[in-house]
Amino acid sequence: MRVSEQEVERIANLSRLKLGEEKKDMQKNLEDVLSHFDKLNELDTADVKPTAHILPVENVYRKDEIEPSMDRDILTSNAPQKEDGCYIVPRIVE
Amino acid sequence: METYKLTLKQTLEKLKKGEVSPSELTKNYIDRIKSVEPDVDALNETEFDEAIKKAKQMDKKVEKGEGGILAGVPYILKDNMCTKGLKTTCSSKILNNFVPPYNATVVDKLEFQGAILLAKANMDEFAMGSSTENSAFKKTNNPFDLKRVPGGSSGGSAASVAAGEAAFALGSDTGGSIRQPAAYCGVIGLKPTYGVVSRYGLVAFASSLDQIGPLTKTVEDSAIVLSAIAGHDKKDSTSIEMKTHNYTEGLDKEIKGIRIGVPKEYFKEGLSADVKASIDNAIKTYESLGAVVEETTLPTFDYALSAYYIISSAEATSNLSRYDGVKYGYRADEFSDIVDLYKQTRTEGFGKEVKRRIMLGNYVLSSGYYDAYYLKAQKVRTLIKQDFDNIFEKYDLILSPTTPAVAFKAGEKEDPMAMYMTDIYTVPINIAGLPAISIPCGMSSENMPIGMQLIGKPLSEKTILNAGHIYEQARGSFPLAKL
Amino acid sequence: MKYETVVGLEVHVELSTNTKIFCSCANEFGGEPNTHACPICTGMPGVLPVLNENVVEYAAKAGLALNCEIANFSKMDRKGYYYPDLPKAYQISQFDLPICNNGYVTIYTNGVEKKIRILRIHIEEDAGKLLHEGTLGSKVDYNRCGVPLIEIVTEPDLRSADEAKDFLDTIKSTMEYIDVSDCKMQEGSLRCDVNVSVRPKGSDKLGTRCEMKNVNSFSSAYKSIVYEAKRQIELIEDGEQVIQQTRRWDDEKGKTFAMRGKEEAHDYRYFPDPDLVPVVLTDDQIIGYRNSLPELPKDKKTRYINELELSDYDAGVLTSSKYIADYFEQGLKAYDNPKNLANWVMGDLLRILKDEGILPEDMQSDPALMIEALKLVDDGVVNVTVGKNVFEESFKTNKSPSTIVEEKGLKQISDTGELEKMIKEIVAANPKPVADYKAGNKKALTFFVGQMMKATKGKANPKIVNELVIKEIDG
Repeated sequence: MRVSEQEVERIANLSRLKLGEEKKDMQKNLEDVLSHFDKLNELDTADVKPTAHILPVENVYRKDEIEPSMDRDILTSNAPQKEDGCYIVPRIVE
Repeated sequence: METYKLTLKQTLEKLKKGEVSPSELTKNYIDRIKSVEPDVDALNETEFDEAIKKAKQMDKKVEKGEGGILAGVPYILKDNMCTKGLKTTCSSKILNNFVPPYNATVVDKLEFQGAILLAKANMDEFAMGSSTENSAFKKTNNPFDLKRVPGGSSGGSAASVAAGEAAFALGSDTGGSIRQPAAYCGVIGLKPTYGVVSRYGLVAFASSLDQIGPLTKTVEDSAIVLSAIAGHDKKDSTSIEMKTHNYTEGLDKEIKGIRIGVPKEYFKEGLSADVKASIDNAIKTYESLGAVVEETTLPTFDYALSAYYIISSAEATSNLSRYDGVKYGYRADEFSDIVDLYKQTRTEGFGKEVKRRIMLGNYVLSSGYYDAYYLKAQKVRTLIKQDFDNIFEKYDLILSPTTPAVAFKAGEKEDPMAMYMTDIYTVPINIAGLPAISIPCGMSSENMPIGMQLIGKPLSEKTILNAGHIYEQARGSFPLAKL
Repeated sequence: MKYETVVGLEVHVELSTNTKIFCSCANEFGGEPNTHACPICTGMPGVLPVLNENVVEYAAKAGLALNCEIANFSKMDRKGYYYPDLPKAYQISQFDLPICNNGYVTIYTNGVEKKIRILRIHIEEDAGKLLHEGTLGSKVDYNRCGVPLIEIVTEPDLRSADEAKDFLDTIKSTMEYIDVSDCKMQEGSLRCDVNVSVRPKGSDKLGTRCEMKNVNSFSSAYKSIVYEAKRQIELIEDGEQVIQQTRRWDDEKGKTFAMRGKEEAHDYRYFPDPDLVPVVLTDDQIIGYRNSLPELPKDKKTRYINELELSDYDAGVLTSSKYIADYFEQGLKAYDNPKNLANWVMGDLLRILKDEGILPEDMQSDPALMIEALKLVDDGVVNVTVGKNVFEESFKTNKSPSTIVEEKGLKQISDTGELEKMIKEIVAANPKPVADYKAGNKKALTFFVGQMMKATKGKANPKIVNELVIKEIDG
């Protein structure tokens, strides 16, 4: 197996997902797709530069001028839980 | 008058002449939607009250000859483009109650041009899929055969246009998500050059590949809509500065002598006989119109799908990491601490295919694997782009089938890999950032539409629209779905 | 000392741009929670970042002021991790191609000059804040989210808490000088993570290091280094190993504690941000930034020494803060005795600021007030002691020194007739000091000067009093 059960767990943790019964399926999916990717090794890319942006665009900037922020009530209107204008999460101990 | 059968161009003419008003048009489309939706099920959310209100406002404007290039025209929007005050769900449980307080730039542009939003269209969840079967809410049915899929991820948008539910729709295309459903549903689907249409407000899937584009009945319609939505947006750092974006100019130009390359790699095994026959016919049509059509080659064709899935999954996993139940959207009911909140929310809120891609994306980006996968894919991307550049040194356009086969039956492709393979002809275009259009070019033996793809150099939308329009005129009318 | 302490710092400096790094929300400290926020800085679906042009300029200038090479090509990358103060679950930062590389800062600690190398400086966005006193859980405020930061990373060249403090002072002063940050640690605009390891003296292998977070002031930086070095040494002496970990500095308890759940190294999955395009700076642009830099602290200090003939020490004190140097130079425009002015600034202004708890950057006083007071002394209108007191009152009340002198009748008494009369009385009333003086103890004179000052409420001209007393006694 290219992708061990431990690996799947590690990736699931990085993804903030709980896999439960789906773990075996997910492991197989990953294996299948990754095997397919092996094909890329047929290409010699030693001297090839990676393309991070397909557009030949650089130096796009915004003027440092203040525009009004969004009204807080509107901004937080989708918050599942809020108090005093803040989003609420389970108490964090640092 | 059955206004839903009119093209956008015809609709605009009738509006101009006063033969129909925006309100009448809107009402007709609403009736049409009510009549066909039980079969097609293309829409997540309708906005009829708002539409009727807007149409009334447009009545006065259109009378005076004002209001923009789409004044009074009803349209449908894929549900991954933000609409202020209206739900935008990406057909996902994790955004099932999300109401954005802002519009996507394309929505602002359409509003500015006087178009009227009728509904948000169903899609594959977060645009990940090729059949709209990955929607968390419902399946959409192909108007040509309700037992078949409309394609994806813009299946709702394509089906709605094919079913006459609006004068046009907008979709998004990351690996073929406009073109493939357009081919499956017998309509026109255009993916512009990367950067031509602003991505601001398009819920991101793969940021370096996503583009918004129109789904329409004709090529000219496509040019009209593109003219309305294209243009530089200072809110999108990846949007291109353009002098003009009037794409309806030069549609009727003669194409004698135009050079069209047909990559042989598109004709290997996997291509169905029906599709091949239609494409061969289309090639003959082009030749009769004076085009020079020759075989060419795209040597890295076989590698595009892998490069695509690596790059798109990596960007997707990063773009979707913000969905965590804290700021908006679905939140799990039970969780023990913050980490559990994230895990429970995301596990309950995301569908299977989305989870697969999130996992895959994190795998290819994680330390130890980055070089072998992500970096490698980016290098392959360079090679694919070079291959296209080489072809365009000799040819003005590339012609290919849009998909290997016609729309498949619902539930037929259960294996994820089999589903991914349906995008094999469209994916290289997104990798290279090129413009491409799918145009219906024939019907299969099962009476399902077949699409032909025209691909151009960057920023050559006018060329592909011109070539497509001329072909369309020569082809003649294409059968409508019998709904 | 058997052991050597090795310290490296990661200093985060908030840039004082008008707006945040990727959106046009105001870049302001404080404010009601989530009132300086928008869909972009709160990571809502579909939004996109656009880079603030001043961020690039400020970062490049910071790099130049710290002797770095400015990259012609740099890019933004996504750094992925989950924490509620990070709405997109990734921070836009710079990974392998930062905007500045290979700089240094010269510090002078305990008389020794030393170069501290700067590995790199990169641009990144700040995260929001967690407030822990909610009734339903922890509260999240995104006001700070998207504030532009530069992160200055040193090589592990520092060898003591003193050096670290000097390094931080120099960074702060430099950033103030070039006006890219207000560097207020108490407002969080300058933060630092401290990496400490120890090793046997003479070894060139680095020991296992611990990273300390929550170091919120320069004195915390100092104390935490001292504590952590001691903790590590004690572990080693006990035969135990130092575990590589992130530790939290608790200023109240004066200790570091291992941070919960942060033991595993993060897999940040860096990759180039596809929503942002590269930053390409031409050599000409970089030269332009360099030319636009104001005089930097070390150059100013050299100039004070060479042109104004101030001592190394004096020049160092005056240039340690841009605000003090500005005050001094402003004053010098109307006064041509730099040494005198320097003395007053160092001796009196700095003392008053310290006593009143005012930071140089918050000082509101016009140097003209000091110049006026100095001139009153130079012209003999008041004596030096009175002059300095008048300046202090002027600083606190903002009244002009002349007004204060008038109102309080503080003019120096130089009228010899009046003074002679008083001296005669005092000399007559104090035979013993007279006898001491006549016996050869010249210091006995100060008694009479002191008595005269008392009698005249400090207003007597001390020089004249001195002469008249001698005249009277020798008589």
